[in-house]
Amino acid sequence: MSSPAPKSPEQNEKTKKYDRQLRLWGDHGQKLLENSKICLINATALGTEIVKSLVLPGIGSFTIVDGDKISEEDIGSNFFLEKESLNSSRAQIATQCLLELNPDVRGDYIDESVEHVISNTQNFFKNFDVVIATALPEKTLIQLSKHLWDIDVPLIVCRSVGFIGYIRLQVKEHTVIEAHPDSESPDLRLSTPWPTLKQYLDSINIEQLDQKEKSHVPPLAILHYYLNKYRNEHNGQIPQKREDKEILKQMIRDSGHSEEGNNRFVLEENFEQAIHYANSCITPRSIPEHVKVILDDDCCINLKQHSSPFWIMCAALREHVQAEGELPLKGTLPDMAADTMSYVTLQNIYRKQAEHHIESVYRRVQQIVRSLGLPQDYIAEDEVKYFCKHSSEIHVIRGSCVANEYHKANPDLTFDLEDPDSLIFYYVILRGLERFISEYNAYPGQLDDQVEPDILKLKAIIGKLLNEWGCSNILRDERVHEVCRYGGAELHSVSAILGGCAAQEVIKVITHQYKPLNNTYIYDTITSTSATFCL
Amino acid sequence: MEEVKESHQRRWIHLRKILERPGPFSHPEFEPSSDVLDFILNTCKILIIGAGGLGCELLKDLAMMGFRHIDIIDMDTIDLSNLNRQFLFRHKDIGLSKAQVAANYINGRISGCQVVPHCCAIEEKKDDFYRQFHVIVCGLDSITARRWINGMVLSLLNYDENGVLNQSSIIPLVDGGTEGFKGNARVILPGMTACIDCTLDLYPPQVTYPLCTIANTPRLPEHCVEFVKVVQWPKENPFGVPLDGDDIQHTTWVYERSLERANQFNIQGVTFRLVQVCASEVFKLASSCCTPLNNFMVFNDIDGIYTYAYEAEKKDNCTACSNIPQSVDIEDPYKMKLKDLIDYLCENVKFQMKNPGLTTTIDGKNKTLYIPTIKMIEERTRPNLSKTLIDLDLKDGQEIVVADITTPTSVIIKLRYAINDVEII
Repeated sequence: MSSPAPKSPEQNEKTKKYDRQLRLWGDHGQKLLENSKICLINATALGTEIVKSLVLPGIGSFTIVDGDKISEEDIGSNFFLEKESLNSSRAQIATQCLLELNPDVRGDYIDESVEHVISNTQNFFKNFDVVIATALPEKTLIQLSKHLWDIDVPLIVCRSVGFIGYIRLQVKEHTVIEAHPDSESPDLRLSTPWPTLKQYLDSINIEQLDQKEKSHVPPLAILHYYLNKYRNEHNGQIPQKREDKEILKQMIRDSGHSEEGNNRFVLEENFEQAIHYANSCITPRSIPEHVKVILDDDCCINLKQHSSPFWIMCAALREHVQAEGELPLKGTLPDMAADTMSYVTLQNIYRKQAEHHIESVYRRVQQIVRSLGLPQDYIAEDEVKYFCKHSSEIHVIRGSCVANEYHKANPDLTFDLEDPDSLIFYYVILRGLERFISEYNAYPGQLDDQVEPDILKLKAIIGKLLNEWGCSNILRDERVHEVCRYGGAELHSVSAILGGCAAQEVIKVITHQYKPLNNTYIYDTITSTSATFCL
Repeated sequence: MEEVKESHQRRWIHLRKILERPGPFSHPEFEPSSDVLDFILNTCKILIIGAGGLGCELLKDLAMMGFRHIDIIDMDTIDLSNLNRQFLFRHKDIGLSKAQVAANYINGRISGCQVVPHCCAIEEKKDDFYRQFHVIVCGLDSITARRWINGMVLSLLNYDENGVLNQSSIIPLVDGGTEGFKGNARVILPGMTACIDCTLDLYPPQVTYPLCTIANTPRLPEHCVEFVKVVQWPKENPFGVPLDGDDIQHTTWVYERSLERANQFNIQGVTFRLVQVCASEVFKLASSCCTPLNNFMVFNDIDGIYTYAYEAEKKDNCTACSNIPQSVDIEDPYKMKLKDLIDYLCENVKFQMKNPGLTTTIDGKNKTLYIPTIKMIEERTRPNLSKTLIDLDLKDGQEIVVADITTPTSVIIKLRYAINDVEII
């Protein structure tokens, strides 16, 4: 049996192993993942769950920073610690257990606290693509977040207490090329066909086809034909309003009926699809508002030598749009009822035109790269290809530094706090919990006989915080009580949920695909609800 | 010296705080005490269906939440493409039973845990097996299997003489599903809340390509693959067995014949979160430490992270959980053939059956209309397919017993003719 020869045995094996995820982010996303380095601070149950979901899909390497020794409680909540490892270094054992999951991944550890690393190792964090932190004390969190903000390394902060979870993504600027939107209308350009497309579609005269030919003609040809007919009857205008589109659709409907049996009219599938496309695909495709904003961004207009490939491609796109008036063609033709020959012909026409646009943008990219004095291979043609194909989905997030939330009168929660059921209150309580830990060196409710007094203490701290933020104290007491009941307990199933979510956000940050969280996520397992806030 | 009682060990301290302290959001019947953890550790029996991506995560999460009497059932063996998410399996395990390897791993890692593997299909187990569990959790990618287990837990319900449901016969079913960056989780209290069949419209029938397209006007790689699978494989049958999507020789054959690789398998995501929602729900159900999800939650993290929880409604006339015979309206029994009725049962959103077998009673005698699953009976009853309902002596109001792989029990349908003056000669 002759199989097509694999490029190399190793590569073939890898493709098989990662088959399911390659369908989600492609080879290019996988390559970014395999070259990435991440750092985990504190190998809590939550921390190891996050790293697990990054090791399995094959990140390049991870480093665990944790100075703690393994306790019995740790073994009870953290799957990646073995029962024999009591009192060993938590960083070391977690690293060993996680490495077992995937031989493609490298991992090491530092058996020191993060505070020690920050004050003793200069530039330690610079080499990482993302830093993940769990169970950080307030003071360390502020220090770390400022530092990572300054050196422009993304940080993801997570916390899991009882049934409550928190994820905060800190990234200065994050750009997305492939957002993978759930639904999008196909890019067909029937109202402004380019010469090759026009020539091909013009060559098909729907009304002269016999019944069989008619049932196999591509919907685009049908739509083009009747759109022309409509334009001839309406001073060259294309249908704009609903009623006008209805006239066009009726023309197609009238022509698409075939007689069958007892006067029953059946609309051929290709005619049905032509009517379907008449709804969405004949209005000229305007440049989406969010793309315009990006193209007018200062980063796009005033390029610098250290501008990222994304902004250089945006600048080239801007020039292309100024010259052509439209975004590059996507070049993919949706599946439609048609015979193989005409479908393939149309597919080629769309693909060629898209390639033509990619060439145009790539040429501009090369010019810009040259003028900035950057190496010629600074941006590969493949990158430009993905960029053009997804130019209507590009997205920029400008984040905020976690440390800013600790400045006086920050953050502004007045709006969110208006709803007494809002999950933002758990953010407030978690902030109170952090402050409690730094004041009393214990979780509220950590000891069985201290739950009631701790509720009062925590309420006082939260009242003070709300006061600092200029908010009235409208907190529901039972939520404070509930958090004290947890006494700092970390539930494995809650950490596992959060770990999966956080890992997914890390993957988004690394691959620049899918839109990441912006920027704070609260998960409430009690009600199985969650909410996102931009702080 | 006396050993420390298990539920008092320090390793359970996280769980003990939740289970031994009262909380403002706990279930009204929740009584905090060390007995709850004792129940979870020593009494509560959980069944996990499926040891794939979802099942591995579920097994780990439940074992870490203190459950120790866990059974896991899966008939599959481990394949290379499982390793990127089914994290209890290693390269050396390829080819071994998923349930067995998963159980061994967890029993070795978590002391006191007693996972029992079952390497077989769910249909091979009878009601006595299913009856022993307190909660059943599904990590399945097949809707048919979900419906079967749904039918099983419904069949275990018993009602007293007044038709009141005996609460102790309820075995909660927790179900999760994922695809790519999306997923859902739900809690089903059989007989009380919406069951799988109540919400069948949430699971759209799988995309199938019209045969004329794949045979005559293929356009997508999928069409080519589909053609090889549906037409070429049965015809040439290169290995003398049905096509097995996990057998590399088979897929290579399909690949070569289709020339274009395509997504011929159900896409399973690499994301596990929904399963963990399921694990939390099992913990909530078993301990009553807070109220369970009521009853459906969807998840999507294509754009940020989004969840939505809502109450799916129980359908009064659900084919699975309503105990009401299902009426099927027949426009013209003189024209409607048995084949048409079977097609209706397969295509209708409410029924979505796969390969139903039909029997009925005529003048007090059992009559087999069509049974597709047993070769001899299939051959004998095949001529019935092209007979009309009238030819088959089926009357208005006739009850037909339908068996299908989507349920372990049978569904009774009642024919309702639109024309009343049916003459039976």
